[in-house]
Amino acid sequence: MTIRLKPVDAVIIGFGWSGALLAEALSGAGLTVLALERGPFRDTAQDFPPSRVADELRYAVRHDLVVKPAENTITFRNKTSQTALPVRALGSFLPGSGVGGGGVHWNGQTWRFRPSDFTLKSRALARYGKNFLAPDLTIQDWGVSYDELEPFYDRFEYLCGISGQAGNLRGARLPGGNPFEGARARPYPTPPMAMPYAPTLFADAARGVGYHPFPQPSANLSQAYTNPFGVVLGACSYCGFCERFGCGNYAKASPQTTILPILRERAQFSLRTQCTVLTIAHDGKGSKARGVTYTDDSGEVFFQPADLVILSAYTFENIRLLLLSGIGAPYDPASGKGVVGRNYSYQTTSSVALGFADKLLNPFIGAGALGMVIDDWNGDHYDHGPLGFLGGAYLAALATNSRPILNHPTPPGTPRWGAAWKRAVAKSYLRSMRILASGSSLSHRGAYCDLDPTYRDRFRRPLLRLTFDFHPNDLKMSAFATDRLAEIGRAMRPEWLVVDKREAPYSIVPYQSTHNVGGAIIGADPTTSVVNPYLQSWDLDNLFVVGASAFPQNASYNPTGTVAALALRAAEAITTRYLRAPGPLA
Amino acid sequence: MRRRDLLASSAVIALIGCAAQTPESGLQFFTPEEAARVTAIANRLIPADELGPGAGEVGAARFIDRALAGAYGTSRDLYMRPPFLPGVPSQGAQSPLTPAVRYRVGLAALDAHCRAAFAGRGFVDLSGQEQDRVLADLEQGRIAITGGGRAFFDLVLRDTVAGFFADPQYGGNQGMAGWRLIGFPGARYDYRDVVARHGEPYHLPPVALA
Amino acid sequence: MRGAFCGVLLLLLAAISARAEDRVAVGQYLTILGDCAACHTPPGGAPFSGGRRIPTPFGWVIAPNLTFDRKSGLGLWSAADFDRALRFGRKPDGGFLYPAHPYPYFARFTAEESAAIRAYLATLAPVYQPARGADLPFPFDFRVLLWFWNALYVPAPPPLRGAGHDALWDRGAWIANGPGHCGACHTPKTLLGGDDLARAWQGGMAAGWLAPALDGDPRTGLGAWREAEIAQFLATGAAHGQLATGPMAEVITLSTAQMTKADRAAIAHYLKTLPQSPGSVAPAPPPAMMAAGEALYRLRCAPCHGRDGEGTAGLFPRLAGSAIVQAPQPATILRVVREGTRAVATKAAPTGPAMPGFAGLLDDGAIAAIATYIRNSWGNAAPAVSEAEARR
Repeated sequence: MTIRLKPVDAVIIGFGWSGALLAEALSGAGLTVLALERGPFRDTAQDFPPSRVADELRYAVRHDLVVKPAENTITFRNKTSQTALPVRALGSFLPGSGVGGGGVHWNGQTWRFRPSDFTLKSRALARYGKNFLAPDLTIQDWGVSYDELEPFYDRFEYLCGISGQAGNLRGARLPGGNPFEGARARPYPTPPMAMPYAPTLFADAARGVGYHPFPQPSANLSQAYTNPFGVVLGACSYCGFCERFGCGNYAKASPQTTILPILRERAQFSLRTQCTVLTIAHDGKGSKARGVTYTDDSGEVFFQPADLVILSAYTFENIRLLLLSGIGAPYDPASGKGVVGRNYSYQTTSSVALGFADKLLNPFIGAGALGMVIDDWNGDHYDHGPLGFLGGAYLAALATNSRPILNHPTPPGTPRWGAAWKRAVAKSYLRSMRILASGSSLSHRGAYCDLDPTYRDRFRRPLLRLTFDFHPNDLKMSAFATDRLAEIGRAMRPEWLVVDKREAPYSIVPYQSTHNVGGAIIGADPTTSVVNPYLQSWDLDNLFVVGASAFPQNASYNPTGTVAALALRAAEAITTRYLRAPGPLA
Repeated sequence: MRRRDLLASSAVIALIGCAAQTPESGLQFFTPEEAARVTAIANRLIPADELGPGAGEVGAARFIDRALAGAYGTSRDLYMRPPFLPGVPSQGAQSPLTPAVRYRVGLAALDAHCRAAFAGRGFVDLSGQEQDRVLADLEQGRIAITGGGRAFFDLVLRDTVAGFFADPQYGGNQGMAGWRLIGFPGARYDYRDVVARHGEPYHLPPVALA
Repeated sequence: MRGAFCGVLLLLLAAISARAEDRVAVGQYLTILGDCAACHTPPGGAPFSGGRRIPTPFGWVIAPNLTFDRKSGLGLWSAADFDRALRFGRKPDGGFLYPAHPYPYFARFTAEESAAIRAYLATLAPVYQPARGADLPFPFDFRVLLWFWNALYVPAPPPLRGAGHDALWDRGAWIANGPGHCGACHTPKTLLGGDDLARAWQGGMAAGWLAPALDGDPRTGLGAWREAEIAQFLATGAAHGQLATGPMAEVITLSTAQMTKADRAAIAHYLKTLPQSPGSVAPAPPPAMMAAGEALYRLRCAPCHGRDGEGTAGLFPRLAGSAIVQAPQPATILRVVREGTRAVATKAAPTGPAMPGFAGLLDDGAIAAIATYIRNSWGNAAPAVSEAEARR
């Protein structure tokens, strides 16, 4: 029997970055807000103090902070002719679970997308012509511009205290920053982090080749910072236990270290953990969402009525809840019609490993977003015409994730085990590094999500089914970017160098990136998007779908900055416009 | 995963229910014989030499034993609902066999293989060279084991390396031997004073969590 | 027309009730100055409905219900009964109240102020919440003994007005020595639990936590604090690199943060006029202990408090120059290292950071070495902590 609860003004599904940002804005506007989080409560001192968190096995290998496939997973195949099979153990990506979501165990790489990213398609058509794009690419413009998002990027950066060097301050080029970035209204709130050896070597070599290196914008803070709410964050201590870990000394921006202290004191906000939302209730297209049905540890099922529903779970769960709730037309890859599940995209990554005979790099000195980057082969400031692909990549040397269980590089030709392996590892650990290319991912007709016909979760609901492979455009882009990366690597004069290209088929097994985007995309046209430019559902005007599920295709950058900017813009539209006159905002 | 393996595995899963508990040896999953085999394998995968002790000497068997007795051994946190269908490698492993089952079956099969091939001697009775040859055969998939010989080799290698570099509280890496070998300072949490000292050796010894 | 008439009537009514409302408001503010809610309002319960267990050095005392419920509260108490209890520690039947109720301090209320407090309490919804008495072992359960106690420790409060002080000082002295009852924790106690006035403001213990000295001592007291920092600390729980924690966290939330800015300034002004107490210089700690302490500090403490002990304002307390770190008795610093603690979160300083406990990780020797190191580094000086002291 379903227990009907007292109505609230707004219910939030999923309490990661998106949920926390919306919770702050809506409760700040005086609404009673209830956040439902699938995972447990988590806070710094009780859950990840420095004395406990520096544990590679528990967090990086056994994935203590991320969702357990036993609780929820997806099924996967490369193409529709295959039978999708469940992702039984996580590999390629690690979605979060618990209060703070991925915002707890992210690296903290805090980017803005380029102005050209938001008009990718119209720009490509205008510049390269209709025949340049492969016919099965389904990329589209966002319906929102960089200039419209800039104030919200700014707000998020100042909420977190992001450390970085501006390259374009209101149109003025500043030395040491990214010369290709969009104009920003203010500099970064804190200066760049101190730079370890390996990224410095990379930057020197890149500069020698003629590129423009700059420090990775980082949510691991270079110094203590007090955010606009008065919440204080600490300075990063370069411990090296960052991605997949919670931060022990309040130095990584997360919902816990930026927003939760404010929400804790607000009587109109409440948070229920270990609560899994089963469906969103509504009265059909053009009506309203009525609330959500959820279940908790007790096994009881509850109906929570709400005037506003914010769907801010991970990309996969946002799509699945829409499909399970019958909201929006499911995408059909055969006809290309329908919107929910359409335009899934990812990140096209590759890397180059290199080792030195004479340089002690001390890779254990690290953070999450600590390194030097070049953006010279990203965006669309160079002519893609002769190259034959659209998109690009940033190239970087990041001092991150160099703990020994998962990272013990050896020179090429070293056996996998035995005495020779041991000697090679002993010599190489302190003297090798990896440089990487993080490339864009263009949405295409055969990359999408729908409900799996066979496999079910612990509540007997169908799993989400992902069908995805790298598009030839992206493989071409990646090969080009990887070649440029290797050139810089060679300019660093290593003793050895190994190129790890990205090749098809996409595999669910090796870790690549937790940047799963799209499937409930933003747009100006309801026939090709799920939400309008304010993340408002085209079908139910009191439902907002927040998160990277809104990306129509992926740029090369890490998504959190853009996820947050979209969330904050949606929040402002709700509090300043929707509450006054509930109805479609676009 | 072949159908034959599936059938075999269900029999094995029934067997695993009565896993050996030998509290006097401190083991939680392995029998003393199994633990000895794992120690011997680990000592070949990461052998003792002038750089330091082998992985078996610093607790590989204890590390794997404890892991198998817990959530890892039973695949508690993984998606283990049927059907288990064969797929392509890009779809990841599709097997109902848990690590606990794979070790129980794999160690027994490996020993049986040795006894057949080396006139009744089990793996621990072989010379180092002979053990290396057996392990190379296993790695190359030349020894038949339920769930796959090569997959079993990869599993043992992965777990041995994990134990060698994991915090000593998990049973392996005793004396922080793995960390000392490569120069990893362990659970230290503050490098602010050395981050900009490029190329200089780090002098403080490694520390463990507990 | 009709509306205008209504308006006139409302104005009249307002004028009549203004005096009564004023008195209630004054009474409510006095309960804030007196931090009455800390004991008499149960966490999450109805205001002033009592029932909280108050630890004293001699056992537990249960705070009574102050709502006007006729059965379990003050409903049947006369104005005189209330005044006698508030200011003089006597029950309506003439018996004594336990001095967990700080009547030696509340004696500084005037009869008018006492009446205002009662007027405010009378406006609260009556709550049935029977008192559950006290739990004190013999002989402290023998209330007649309190007669002697009162004779010893509750003389008529001495006059506060000193020569040459201004009105701000007067106000601060009155709050600190009167309703604020700061000395109840911050002045050391005699064996019988009374204030040791010869050592006034030299620091005491409250519920197992050090209430640091508030005198002018530059190491253990407020000597190194600026007046504005003291006022800021009272407002936010965070100033001078320190964070309010333990019982002071609640004092900040329920009392000082809700005081007027002027009253916080007055308290700060008064406290800064307290003299430096005659201190003793601690002998130098054993070098081996300092070396061990430094290595452990670097590993376990520096990630937050920094190599230089400077901490981070509003997040990680500064250890260099900290009164709690350098207190003659190391009980609180040992307790914090063992059990951890959470700092107060206020509107102005909302972070509310927490420190994890290290009891499972560090043995007594290690805790003693760390305590000794932080008590004697960066200009700090305090007696070394032995392993025996670090033991629970």
